Amino acid sequence: MTLFLVIAVVALFFLVIFQIAKASEYVAVLKGEDISKKQSNKINGYLMVIFLVAGLFGVWYCNDLLYSKTLLYVGSASVQGDKVDSMLEITLAVTGIVFIATQILLFWFSYKYQDKEDRKVFYFPHNTNLELLWTVVPAIVLTVLVVIGLRNWYSFTSEAPKDAQVIEVTGKQFGWIFRYPGADNQLGKKYYRNIDNASNSLGLVWDDAMSHDDIVTEQTVYIVKNKPCKFIIGSRDVIHDVGLSQFRLKMDAVPGIPTTMWFTPKFTTKEMAEKTGNPNFQYEISCDQMCGNGHYSMKGVIQVVTQEEFNEWQAKQKPYYYSAFPDKDPSNKVAPATAIDSSKHTTADINSTSIQKSNTKI
Amino acid sequence: MSNEAVLHSHAHTSHDSHDSHGSHEHHEHHQDSFISKYVFSMDHKMIAKQFLITGMFWAVLGGLMSVLFRLQLGYPDTSFPFLETILGKWAKGGHISPEAYYALVTTHGTVLVFFVLTAGLSGTFANFLIPLQIGARDMASPFMNMLSFWFFFIAGLVMLSSIFVETGPFSGGWTAYPPLSALGDASPGSKTGMDLWIVSMALFVVSSLLGGLNYIATVLNMRTKGMSMTRLPLTIWALFFTAVLGVLSFPVLFSGFILLIFDRNFGTSFYLSDIFVNGVGALPNEGGSAILYQHLFWFLGHPEVYIILLPAMGMVSEILSTNARKPIFGYMAMIGSMFAIAILAFLVWAHHMFVTGLNPFLGSIFVLLTLLIAVPSAIKVFNWLTTLWRGNIRFTPAMLFAIGFVSLFISGGLTGIWLGNSALDIHLHDTYFVIAHFHIVMGVASMFGMFAGIYHWFPKMYGRFLNNTLGYVHFWITITGAYLIFWPMHYEGLAGMPRRYYDYSIWESFKQFADLNQFISLIAMIVFAVQLLFLANFFYSIFKGRKLRVQNPWGSNTLEWTAPIHPGHGNWEGDIPEVYRWAYDYGKDGQDFISQVTPVGVQESVH
Repeated sequence: MTLFLVIAVVALFFLVIFQIAKASEYVAVLKGEDISKKQSNKINGYLMVIFLVAGLFGVWYCNDLLYSKTLLYVGSASVQGDKVDSMLEITLAVTGIVFIATQILLFWFSYKYQDKEDRKVFYFPHNTNLELLWTVVPAIVLTVLVVIGLRNWYSFTSEAPKDAQVIEVTGKQFGWIFRYPGADNQLGKKYYRNIDNASNSLGLVWDDAMSHDDIVTEQTVYIVKNKPCKFIIGSRDVIHDVGLSQFRLKMDAVPGIPTTMWFTPKFTTKEMAEKTGNPNFQYEISCDQMCGNGHYSMKGVIQVVTQEEFNEWQAKQKPYYYSAFPDKDPSNKVAPATAIDSSKHTTADINSTSIQKSNTKI
Repeated sequence: MSNEAVLHSHAHTSHDSHDSHGSHEHHEHHQDSFISKYVFSMDHKMIAKQFLITGMFWAVLGGLMSVLFRLQLGYPDTSFPFLETILGKWAKGGHISPEAYYALVTTHGTVLVFFVLTAGLSGTFANFLIPLQIGARDMASPFMNMLSFWFFFIAGLVMLSSIFVETGPFSGGWTAYPPLSALGDASPGSKTGMDLWIVSMALFVVSSLLGGLNYIATVLNMRTKGMSMTRLPLTIWALFFTAVLGVLSFPVLFSGFILLIFDRNFGTSFYLSDIFVNGVGALPNEGGSAILYQHLFWFLGHPEVYIILLPAMGMVSEILSTNARKPIFGYMAMIGSMFAIAILAFLVWAHHMFVTGLNPFLGSIFVLLTLLIAVPSAIKVFNWLTTLWRGNIRFTPAMLFAIGFVSLFISGGLTGIWLGNSALDIHLHDTYFVIAHFHIVMGVASMFGMFAGIYHWFPKMYGRFLNNTLGYVHFWITITGAYLIFWPMHYEGLAGMPRRYYDYSIWESFKQFADLNQFISLIAMIVFAVQLLFLANFFYSIFKGRKLRVQNPWGSNTLEWTAPIHPGHGNWEGDIPEVYRWAYDYGKDGQDFISQVTPVGVQESVH
């Protein structure tokens, strides 16, 4: 009922505007078209200036209102993200100046050069110097931006440091699966036809002994503060995307084609919670590539912890192999051996090429 | 000017041969039945109107869809019973379901990009303006032209039918990336809905190729005597480059669709590899590349942006110059920059794919080429500004929309410099920043170009004026609303808020924008309603608008204003006018304007 009421009111409002507009047309014809044209020209000229001033004020106001809700306000949580932020600032400065200057010129010219009877138009079809000026200057400025951008781009996409912690990230409809290489620092082979939701969510190849100590978790991944972290990213079904907004990075998860991304987190989750003043703070992994009807709920969480906390956590994890073959689980035996192992491997030198290799399908 | 001589003699023959053709057509004009005049018409002017009105239908439908999904985004917790009334099972309890939300988003994108801003924009104005502004009786092939419209119409019918399929219309985003678009088991929208989507798009490609080839042939071969290429109005140059882009890139998209059809229906593995679908199990496909589709798609997808933007740029150039009573500044630079844009449009497609795992070196080449586009864009903007400088500006509604176009093009173009730089794109890709960018620069700006064109050429189309006051109301509310909707979205993007999310309430990082989303939805509804006001103005004025009493209401130089107020099929009674000068002699030697058909005076200054 309210809907019909709203529609009725809107329709009525339109009808009124329509009638006024029609009436003003008749008045214009009666008064003489020239006079009414002059009038409307004047009004629109003033509106140009009002729009410019209100618009620039609006830009400032919007910034005032929303800046603190963006990530720039808190700052980046990764070393790479700092570079993104400084690049954002430079780009904002350059484009901001151009934006304000050209918008002022556009609306100011519109106002200033509105139709006047006595104005003589300046016949000005071209001017080579001017045209050269605004070809060359933008070209130089853009070159600078390209150079800055590409330096960062190459550093982001470079090979991860040798001591990076390697974790495999797999997207599926609609969640994330993480795999740690375990004590041997090697991810075992996997093959998608081995996938079985109940016992082998990634399709690990059990014939490959390297897979026996791999740890598999879902939804939450633990990584270490100040230690480079390399994700080897894949997908089980459609294309997903590992979106890490606090770290300022993202990378697609493509079925059949592994991709990689590495970064160095600067703050633990706890530190970020303090920094942002939000006790519920989480590093969220958002799926940034349309992946189906549950796309919006495909959330993962990154827990950034200290090395000690990580070791403690890892010591509690059981290799995935044992959940597939519970009979082989030595869970009755004492576990300290695993803890020592894990602390050793996190600082160990990881041969990333062998991991890459093991990641491709057999 | 040897080139000129060649073009002259060439134009001369075509002019002569066409003349007889024209009078023949003119003779036939009297025997037109309703069907041949209004339905299966071969008159380019009627076909243009068919494109325009069909485009309007799709614009209303696509716009309405955006209002519906904005309801979900702005008011995720509110129940709207009327939604269940109109959407049925897709909105149980007055809440749009995720399936319906994604279907609405996808159809909104597809329809607006292809049916409204491609067919509705170039279909309308290429058809209407090319013959009238180059001095031709009709298109090179009026029959192909008619087919072009009817293929578009059928494409629309097929798309429309997909909305009523039980499993719903396609819902994987307008880019239709496989594997999601290839696997019905991964998303219900990828079942029958996707089949219809592909068929519709294939028909659309046929339509746009038929149209595009015709536009190119007409511009190259059928210019009147004296109309050398460098005397063409910038509208024609823009429409010409648009057609070239379409003809060269749509077939690539088509090939991408063919492979997708094979993957969907015939068990091939072009795009599929290593896939395990929940509830189905592992698929047999191995060895395909999902990224291949993205290359094929964006090889059209990026030129498509310019297919949408160039016609608007051309019309805006023409309208700015006419209403500033001043020649367009840097005519040759304008053509040069459009040419540069057309070339570069083919060399930047992978900037949509920076985060697909693309080879970083390849990515860096695409960064360089992408940011290069900013140079011709800057030239165009500064040339428009200089055109206004020291002019004598008349604020017709068309002029307002043209000025609005420039403003929006600046705002949206500058954020392109952010997104084109891969190191920033890694952060901003697929966030609301991208939505803000492309809606402002491609969506709203081109829409403004289209409105400017409609207000400017409506008197030529229907022999009547649109209501001015309504035009002013339409402009000021729309430009204010457009900025209010899309400007704050930049901030959402800078917070990392992803696109295509149905609900943000579970996200600690993105839920702080609930109020803002509500505000944006509210403004979107108002702006949509104002467009309906424009439509009322449009249809009312066709029948009841103030009558056009002079041939040349805007004091314009171009040829279409030398044709009768109600031109018949064949456009000019008697001979086609001969052209002696470029289209932009405004304010020359103290004269307000000098039409292209006025011979060059002996004492006229040379520029």
